[in-house]
Amino acid sequence: MSATNDAFLETFPVTLRDAATNWLPAPWNWLAQGLIAVVAVLAIFGSLFAILTLVERKALGRVQNRPGPNRTGLPYTARLPWLKFTEGKIFGLGQPMADGIKMLTKEDIVPREADQVLHFIAPVAMLAMSLMTFAVIPFGRNLVPVELDASVLYFFAAGAATELAVFMAGWGSRNKFALLAAMRALAQLISYELPLILSFVPVVMIAGSLSTVGIVAAQSSWHWGFIPHWYVLTPWGFAGFLIFMVSALAESNRSPFDLPEAESELIAGHLTEYSGFKYALFFMAEYLGMTALSGMAVTLFLGGWNAPLPFLQFIPSYVWFAVKLLTLLMGFIWIRATLPRLRMDQLMHLSWKFLVPLCLVNLANTTVWHLTASLPLAVRWLLCAVIIVAPFTLIGRSLTKGVAPRTYRYAE
Amino acid sequence: MSAPSENSPSAVRPPSSGADPSAFPGLTSAPGSNIRAVNDPFHGDLLEVSMGPHHPSTHGVFRMMVTLDGEVVVKLKPVFGYLHRNHEKLGENTTYLASMPYTDRLDYLCSMTNNWAYALAVEKLAGQPVPERAEYIRLILAELTRLLNHVCLAGFLLQDCGASGTPLMYAFREREKILDLFESLSGSRMMCNYQRFGGCRIDPSAEWLDRVRALVAGFPRFLDEFERLITGNEIMMARTPGVGCLSPKLAISAGITGPMLRAAGVDYDLRKVDGYGIYPRYKFRVPLGAHGDTYDRYMIRVLEMRESLGLLEQVMKDIPGGPIMDPKAKLRGLRPKAGEAYGRIEGPKGEIGFFLISDGSPNPYRYRVRPPSFVNLTVLEDLCLGHTIADAVIILGSIDIVLGEVDR
Amino acid sequence: MLGSGLLQGLAVTAKNLVGSFHDPARYTTVEYPEVKEQLPESFRNFPFLVTDNATDPMGALRCVACQICEKECPPQCIYIEKSKDKKPDATGKPQLYPAVFAIDTSVCMSCQICVEVCPFDAIKMDQEFEIATTDRFSALLLNREQLAKPNTYFHQIRPTEAAEVDGRLTAERKAAEEKAKAAAAAKAAAAAAPKPAASAVPTATPAATAPTAPKPAAAATPAVPTPEKPAP
Repeated sequence: MSATNDAFLETFPVTLRDAATNWLPAPWNWLAQGLIAVVAVLAIFGSLFAILTLVERKALGRVQNRPGPNRTGLPYTARLPWLKFTEGKIFGLGQPMADGIKMLTKEDIVPREADQVLHFIAPVAMLAMSLMTFAVIPFGRNLVPVELDASVLYFFAAGAATELAVFMAGWGSRNKFALLAAMRALAQLISYELPLILSFVPVVMIAGSLSTVGIVAAQSSWHWGFIPHWYVLTPWGFAGFLIFMVSALAESNRSPFDLPEAESELIAGHLTEYSGFKYALFFMAEYLGMTALSGMAVTLFLGGWNAPLPFLQFIPSYVWFAVKLLTLLMGFIWIRATLPRLRMDQLMHLSWKFLVPLCLVNLANTTVWHLTASLPLAVRWLLCAVIIVAPFTLIGRSLTKGVAPRTYRYAE
Repeated sequence: MSAPSENSPSAVRPPSSGADPSAFPGLTSAPGSNIRAVNDPFHGDLLEVSMGPHHPSTHGVFRMMVTLDGEVVVKLKPVFGYLHRNHEKLGENTTYLASMPYTDRLDYLCSMTNNWAYALAVEKLAGQPVPERAEYIRLILAELTRLLNHVCLAGFLLQDCGASGTPLMYAFREREKILDLFESLSGSRMMCNYQRFGGCRIDPSAEWLDRVRALVAGFPRFLDEFERLITGNEIMMARTPGVGCLSPKLAISAGITGPMLRAAGVDYDLRKVDGYGIYPRYKFRVPLGAHGDTYDRYMIRVLEMRESLGLLEQVMKDIPGGPIMDPKAKLRGLRPKAGEAYGRIEGPKGEIGFFLISDGSPNPYRYRVRPPSFVNLTVLEDLCLGHTIADAVIILGSIDIVLGEVDR
Repeated sequence: MLGSGLLQGLAVTAKNLVGSFHDPARYTTVEYPEVKEQLPESFRNFPFLVTDNATDPMGALRCVACQICEKECPPQCIYIEKSKDKKPDATGKPQLYPAVFAIDTSVCMSCQICVEVCPFDAIKMDQEFEIATTDRFSALLLNREQLAKPNTYFHQIRPTEAAEVDGRLTAERKAAEEKAKAAAAAKAAAAAAPKPAASAVPTATPAATAPTAPKPAAAATPAVPTPEKPAP
């Protein structure tokens, strides 16, 4: 392990940071390091957002059997004369840039009746809150912007605040559709914060730590040398992971839970009265929130930056984190491409009648797992799987009672 | 034709107003019981929202003045007319022939059936026979139109449910194949203007008929996939059953026709009732729903597509040769003798009918369209009351309107 | 079990995602300006006027300004002014020709009724669809010079229909020739009549054609029939 710990690529980001800050007097060091972390997060995840918008549109396009945006090349100033292909369409890679320029140059329209302050603050607050959540995610070994003892709690506190920004936007716009969206956003926040938090409590119980770094460290070994210790590979962890991802979908207002934005119902929901760069900020915040929640899911359930197999450790830890993160993001896109939207009351039903009870069962399940540590792993695994699958089936059946596909009669 | 004991309206479930909460517990507990009395002292203000004419899911420029209690619709006033183009008056001021291309623009998804209904009315008025081959071609085109309309409806309904375009794109992919057929036959994808009084305009080649056969053979594969994507989907099963129940009684008294009526369980299909064209020669079944809700309306269309495919398979086997147009048919200067005629067919959306009064002049004295989606839309408020605004959107989607036809 | 339908749906979309990379039945997009689909022969867009001579389009228009299409056009987008003089048509009969023939393509709804009612096969539907302009008034109002396209172009876009039309026209021409011959023979037989001095040709020399139009030469039509004898 120590060999990989010291590998050049593994330590490269930290070395770089230290080289940049060590010349400062010691009292200033933490500030410079913090600023560098902020800049790095902004730069990396800002560009990830840009690429993600393109990737999502292209993936949606391919799922729908069309090419997606594939026309926009680079502007003349960004073309490289010695690289011929940069002059062409390069698969639409210039699209995010074009979108950004379009958003920046678009007229910013504020309704006269709107609450000017709230209308202005909402997108800023939303982006700020979703950026803040990145502070505690360990992106790699020793690569965590801020090490807090209760960083998981901090993450969800900051994440929940984005919904307040949605409410601000909806309320401040003085638009009926936006108002409906604001009501929906709040109801959704209250309903889904609970399963979101309950779903990772088992992880905290087993890892014995509220710190993201500690949780990742607790997952960094292997059974028999090849089954990673990731929590997603335990029954309770798998259930928790699924519940977490469902709640994350709702929390980041993604399809099928995009009720505040519900295009076919509320036009654009809380975004109805936003245009130009403020709209872009919302857009960015949505994607960053999605990225942050995926990063948290990776940290909590997928072993964080750990490699899946011991011999793969030569690949730097942040690469593993990135791979897992992108996989989850693709999952978000895939789900968006497939599923229709739930209705508001069904959203509540799903949370209160299904996810929350399952979370509670899962807590008990985790306890069983914890107390049966002496049993062989397979027995333990099966026992816990039954404990969570049985209620899943039962509650699921009661929820879908009477809605089996129907048979139809025919008149000749 | 049909067993009356099974299919008469009285045999169907007793009519219920709005949703029946007991029928769908759990995930789908319908919000019909959420209506509160307006004079409830704890009641806040009602919110009046104008959905449309600029709204993503009003299928054009339709407007719903919705009064909301929270998210529940307590009053809904449909507002039509934003796309009014004076269709009937135009028809009275032009010759019989010149109205034909305008019928394309009524329900611009199904121009072939509109053409047929209008041609039928004029043929009745003028006593014009239609050659055998033309009848076959008309049936093929009408059933292809049914396929393309229903597949679009399914796509749009899912779009209204919030699927990010995927089912719609699949539907459009298949629709495009049918439109390609229309284009290579009539010269235009949507504004076909193909039928004439006494036949059809262009004789389809054998190669074209082969392409239809290939399409009919390949369509079930798409339908199966589409149903795998949608029909068993839990979200769809949560969203649509019990939403917007239409009782047979209300359906009949409001003059609802088409799949919407049959979804309510009433066996009424003009292909069977009127037996126009060569429909009586072929065997096909008419699927009937039992609940009249959005899910039934969706499923009836899917099942109708399957029946249409079966019908097309039968018809494609024996297309006779011969002329496509009656040699005595008059294209220009048609002056039917004074009288009146009503021609109607079972369009994909319901009974599309044209009523013509002739006074012997080259123009009809009265030209009246009976648009199915306009009549079907009249029950929108009854369907939506007590449901949330999200349901109102999918109810509107399941009614299957085209504003070109509603507003004329 | 709850969720099986969702998983099925996800499987379908995954299949389409993969299929769109290798299955042409799924991925049907044609990237338009680079790749153009072959238009079906019957595709129709806006009308054009058939002329039998590419070098002298105005002199060989088949249109005889009968104004049937103008009357039958549902949106009334055709405007025709008859000429004052006559010139021989394809069969050699002296006919009027359109001094002004204008189609407002911003009104035209491409219904093809003008084509169907035209007894002279003079107006046909074009397949040119890239007609966007920056001027929505004069650029969309096409006059007869812009509308006239040679018969060879018609053959190019609709070989079957054009061949049929040509066959019909030749037959008509032949019939007219034979009729004329028969009439001439009859006349010659009846009484050794004087040689026909005046043919239809000189009468066709235009006096009041549109100024931009080149002077129609009488012998310009490719299959010039024998000039019809003036009626006795």
